[in-house]
Amino acid sequence: MIKRSRLRPLRTLGHRVTKRIWRLGAGARFFGLTLISSGESFRRFHLIIREVYFTGVLSLIIILVSAFFVGMVLALQGYNTLQRYGSSEAIGVLVALALVRELGPVVTALLFAGRAGTAITAEIGLMKATEQLSAMEMMAVNPISRVIAPRFWAGVIAMPILATIFSMVGILGGYLVAVPLIGVDAGAFWSQMQANVDWRLDIVNGVIKSLVFGVACTMIALFEGYDAPPTAEGVSSATTRTVVTSSLTVLILDFVLTSFMISV
Amino acid sequence: MTQNIVEIDNLSFGYKGRMLHQGINMVFPRGKIVAIMGGSGSGKTTLLRLIGGQIKPNKGKVRVDGQVVHQQSREGIYLLRRKMGMLFQHGALFTDLSVFENVAFPIREHTDLPESMIHDLVLMKLNAVGLRGAHKLMPAELSGGMARRVALARAIALDPDIVMYDEPFAGLDPISMGVICVLIRTLNDALGTTSIIVSHDVKETFSIADYVYFVADGVVAAEGTPKDLQNSSLPFVHQFVHGEKDGPVPFHYAAGDYKRDLLGFEA
Repeated sequence: MIKRSRLRPLRTLGHRVTKRIWRLGAGARFFGLTLISSGESFRRFHLIIREVYFTGVLSLIIILVSAFFVGMVLALQGYNTLQRYGSSEAIGVLVALALVRELGPVVTALLFAGRAGTAITAEIGLMKATEQLSAMEMMAVNPISRVIAPRFWAGVIAMPILATIFSMVGILGGYLVAVPLIGVDAGAFWSQMQANVDWRLDIVNGVIKSLVFGVACTMIALFEGYDAPPTAEGVSSATTRTVVTSSLTVLILDFVLTSFMISV
Repeated sequence: MTQNIVEIDNLSFGYKGRMLHQGINMVFPRGKIVAIMGGSGSGKTTLLRLIGGQIKPNKGKVRVDGQVVHQQSREGIYLLRRKMGMLFQHGALFTDLSVFENVAFPIREHTDLPESMIHDLVLMKLNAVGLRGAHKLMPAELSGGMARRVALARAIALDPDIVMYDEPFAGLDPISMGVICVLIRTLNDALGTTSIIVSHDVKETFSIADYVYFVADGVVAAEGTPKDLQNSSLPFVHQFVHGEKDGPVPFHYAAGDYKRDLLGFEA
């Protein structure tokens, strides 16, 4: 007969796997409920606009600064490599493609998870801990449609806009390093970019990516807050989980989406 | 119209293998202030949540205005809740909204009244709790007693038939306690509502309640008017009302042998 202590690791593993699957199911149900309860948010669009301000507009500073430096670094690194092959004029294409296809959506999503995602989780978690969500329920107001759905759609709307701004500012940063600083021809910088960046394959795909990341990051942040134990420790752990889960999800989704987009 | 606006019939509720209530019967007549008292963890707040339909009983029924709460659809429960107002223990004010907007919240959600009328209604409700002058403040700028009064104004914003109070006196200074006591009695009589108070503050609750239920060990241990219970010879009620440290509710949490615990070095 196998000793009980020998079975303990197996039991712990089983418990953890079951817990993860249960949370995945609960998250899927929460996502479904949010979509079903979204009608009210669109009828009262000002609720979504208000949240776009909190999640999107207030994230602008970190997005602008990060994009500017990412663009400048890309230009420096790109020029360093391209000049060895005598194609330093292609620096504009390199910066633009890297930003529009990958760095714009991905870095924006990671910054969004760290800035807006944690704020959403902490806010919802504290609303739960201070019984504000229960109070809403008792006032016959559905918290999913009044609190969750507007924040969800605000995240979905804000993310592609932020990613677009990220790419634009990044390109500007790259231009400032490549043209005035290094001395690449401005005409070559812009014309090569215009000729080689494809509307559908590059720009539309980038926007699709940022939309998907917006859904994932916002939903993770909202679910973690809604599911957080109503204690200080519970909210703190939920906030940490938001950043970790969102970052990993974004990177995994990026690989999946890229492989689909390249194979199509 | 039934005489009792809320009826709890043979109610049992428990979770995670622990029964919190076992066959509880209570009635709440219209227009009265009825208190539910008992020690911490005796399931008083859970009874409010059962009346509000936030949780379902394992057995028995809770009727509000003649309708069985847990047999209603979500929409049905929301319709019932529009007849209820609830004051949470710490107010549960929406921290991102001003005092005015907190009180206006249920009115905006459930009516299409013009802004001028909402403005007047909110100021009237705030005036009733003495906080009209604080309508521009944010919840973070209020004291505990003021927050409780704003929450009370919000709870009565839609003139509900029932107002439920979850520990309305907890953590308040004596002046605020007195103010809340007077407000509960005055608003109950002026609005013709039924008030259900969950509390363990004997003096304040006895001063305003028309009828009191004592809950202990999952059952109604005693019931009656405050005067009856004040003179009750039941050991539990006597201990609770007079605040005695030992009695049917023991001072010590169940533990093993004291000497063995001290000498055994077991954490």
